[in-house]
Amino acid sequence: MKNIASIIPCYAADTSGVCAALYELGGLIAVHDASGVNSTYATHDEPRWEDQPSMIYVSGLTELDAILGNDEKFIADVVSAAHDQQPAFIAVCGSPMPMMIGFDFDAAAREIERRSGIRTFSLHTNGMHAYSEGASEALLTVLAEYAEPDAEKLPHSVNILGALPLDFGGPAPVQSIRTWLSENGFSVISCLAMGDGIPAFRRAAAASVNLVVSYSGLAAAQYCADCFGTPYVCGVPVGAAFSAQLAEALRNAERTGENAYPCAVRSDAAARTAVIGESIYAGSMAAALSVSGHPARLICPLPYADGILADGDSDAASEDAIAAALAAMQPETVIADPLYRFILPKQAKHIRLPHYAFSGRCFETQIPDLTAARFDAWLNAQVMRNHKEDRP
Amino acid sequence: MKQEKPPVLRIAEADAEGFFASGLEYSPPVRGMWNIVHMGMLVPEAHQIYCCAQGCLRGVVLTAAEMNAMERLSWISLTEEDMFNGTLEQSLTEGVSEIIEKLPAHPKMVPLFLSCMHLFAGCDFDGVIADLSVRYPDITFIDCYMTPTMRTTIPPVPQTCRQLYSGLQPRPADPESVNIIGCDRPTDPDSELVQIIRNAGLTLRDLTLCKTYDDYLQMAESRLNILWLPTAHAAADALEERLHIPQIYLPAHFGFEKLRDNYARLCDALGIACPDFSAAIAGADAALRAAKAEIGDTAVAVDYTAVTMPFSLAKLLCEYGFRVKYIIAEAAGEDAEAFAWLQANRPDILLYSPNHVNMLHQHESPPEPVLAVGQKAAYYFASDRFVNFVVNGGLYGFSGIRKLAALMTDAYHNPKDRRPLLRHKGWGCESCLLS
Repeated sequence: MKNIASIIPCYAADTSGVCAALYELGGLIAVHDASGVNSTYATHDEPRWEDQPSMIYVSGLTELDAILGNDEKFIADVVSAAHDQQPAFIAVCGSPMPMMIGFDFDAAAREIERRSGIRTFSLHTNGMHAYSEGASEALLTVLAEYAEPDAEKLPHSVNILGALPLDFGGPAPVQSIRTWLSENGFSVISCLAMGDGIPAFRRAAAASVNLVVSYSGLAAAQYCADCFGTPYVCGVPVGAAFSAQLAEALRNAERTGENAYPCAVRSDAAARTAVIGESIYAGSMAAALSVSGHPARLICPLPYADGILADGDSDAASEDAIAAALAAMQPETVIADPLYRFILPKQAKHIRLPHYAFSGRCFETQIPDLTAARFDAWLNAQVMRNHKEDRP
Repeated sequence: MKQEKPPVLRIAEADAEGFFASGLEYSPPVRGMWNIVHMGMLVPEAHQIYCCAQGCLRGVVLTAAEMNAMERLSWISLTEEDMFNGTLEQSLTEGVSEIIEKLPAHPKMVPLFLSCMHLFAGCDFDGVIADLSVRYPDITFIDCYMTPTMRTTIPPVPQTCRQLYSGLQPRPADPESVNIIGCDRPTDPDSELVQIIRNAGLTLRDLTLCKTYDDYLQMAESRLNILWLPTAHAAADALEERLHIPQIYLPAHFGFEKLRDNYARLCDALGIACPDFSAAIAGADAALRAAKAEIGDTAVAVDYTAVTMPFSLAKLLCEYGFRVKYIIAEAAGEDAEAFAWLQANRPDILLYSPNHVNMLHQHESPPEPVLAVGQKAAYYFASDRFVNFVVNGGLYGFSGIRKLAALMTDAYHNPKDRRPLLRHKGWGCESCLLS
């Protein structure tokens, strides 16, 4: 069956994606759920929780309110909390039970906005999809709300779209991407969604090109392309050679107005390495390996967009399907989160790359900053490690 | 601006049934309390299977991952289609079977956890368990529930506690053995409770002491179930009804007379003479006086995750001169008598909500340095001087009071780095975060 796992974890869910995307923006996010979703997010999906408080709450839905359709309780509680905390905006989203009872988030958001006088968004999660789906809708929503369309274009400027701790672990890699952009002659208008707030997003339309660093940022990038004529480039600057290609792709996109997918430009020939992970970030690693003469394939268990996977890549999502894809490929090396170790081929060397959206806090101190040449150095260090210690 | 729903109030003004207005809830980064996954791991040779939505699975799966116990838990994720295509039960049976076939060996027990969605969809859980039991007669399947939406009917912890004992089957009674049930760790062997049992020549059985599944099954032979945590009531009631094992509840009071009464009732149930507790009481008394001498007038904050009867503890500490000033709790519950005493005698004690939205920034501006008893008190009052345990930490009785007083003194003199301690999920459990 496609939806079972005997031993590997599941990825963070869409509700966590919403919360992570909106975390730093000063809004109040109310997840309609009994209790578990918020504590799971706060414990396992959000490294900022301990140091940077954010107004992310759960409604505490009860059996009686669910059965009786007491939507008023949710609406009144959100309005009351907003009165006490005066957020910049309100976002409401749901977990499985609101879906079961047909809760109307759009109507609830309108009513909350009417009563509170605070801009309120509804986001359509149900806890049954990947984090990147929720983050994608959230980033698109805030960009569409706050970006001022008549901002004058600034040459050699970018928005970084889709930067979340769930994919990058912490602020350091995102800061490194900013630095890398600066070193390549680009100024950063805004970063969705780490390190910047709504004032920066208002100027997002000024960017001459967008850098999409995960699937979570792709819908926002498409919105900018459609509404502001801003082209986008999909990729994360990992590895010196691939990063140079990515920088050139940004310049080219700015010049031509064409979108580009460097993360998917790689050779499938005789690939002996598999990378398991998020489509654009892990795809960029596979591209970086290919550029450096080590063809690699991507196994992407998460949502992805057209044009992001290369020939030979796999979208296997379940434990069995991933194991089967690996068995068919027989890779010599697999770059994947440590908790994939249970299902890797015995002969494969496992290069452990913790992914916060998969293993949460378990290996949080081992999540590397792989920006530009750091990836090459990290990879060399991993390859030099004793094979035995990496086997399941 | 005046808050619509303040998260703090004087105890004199509080309603024992519920201190704070209901509303949105905040989740402070304090993770020591056990959840249903931690509890399920107590049954030796069991393999937990959870069937629910991805968002709900995530927390349970990573609980196991942080415990370095991924090999003891599997999952089935629900999709929208599963809820509406009429194959809910069949998918469940086939999914569980597929997981079992992939395991290196059949487990002795499978606690199978369904979700709120299954209950709302009218899933025939009995039918699923029956089908699986026919298919795998060597495995005991237990119906378990991760149903927080139904928490006002029965919360997940007492419900799981009840279900985990439902694998016990009738056996000939052993008059020489008794159980302590419902605990997440062994009761302190130094406690008078354990000493009474041992000194009577009885075998003490406890899920937390079981090494094998057979040890677990032997609990069905015991002549008496002893419980001292309120979350064990449902389990004790079920065992009394199903296996006819009588029960005795000995709430974890901090009042000397209440404890003496507990022990008298226990000895009566066991048919033995009640021992003299003078020395134990003197020990507790001396420890409290010594702790007060050290801690002085430092404000004390007590929270409900540390002890099941925080008001009883607060009353005891007040009687010994401690300056108990803050209590974190939601309601008085079974501790109503001590709560009423505090209302009358310490009306200015401030009650704080454990999870109120307006507690979000509480830790940034604590009112004064405190000695905290419990993790949430440590977090909200930003104190590294804290007693780090949950649910009484296995301590009980006069010896428990004596040891708690010593822990308070130690906490006062030896501040801890609270951050890594508070983020450790499941106090006392193995954790990859600590390696």
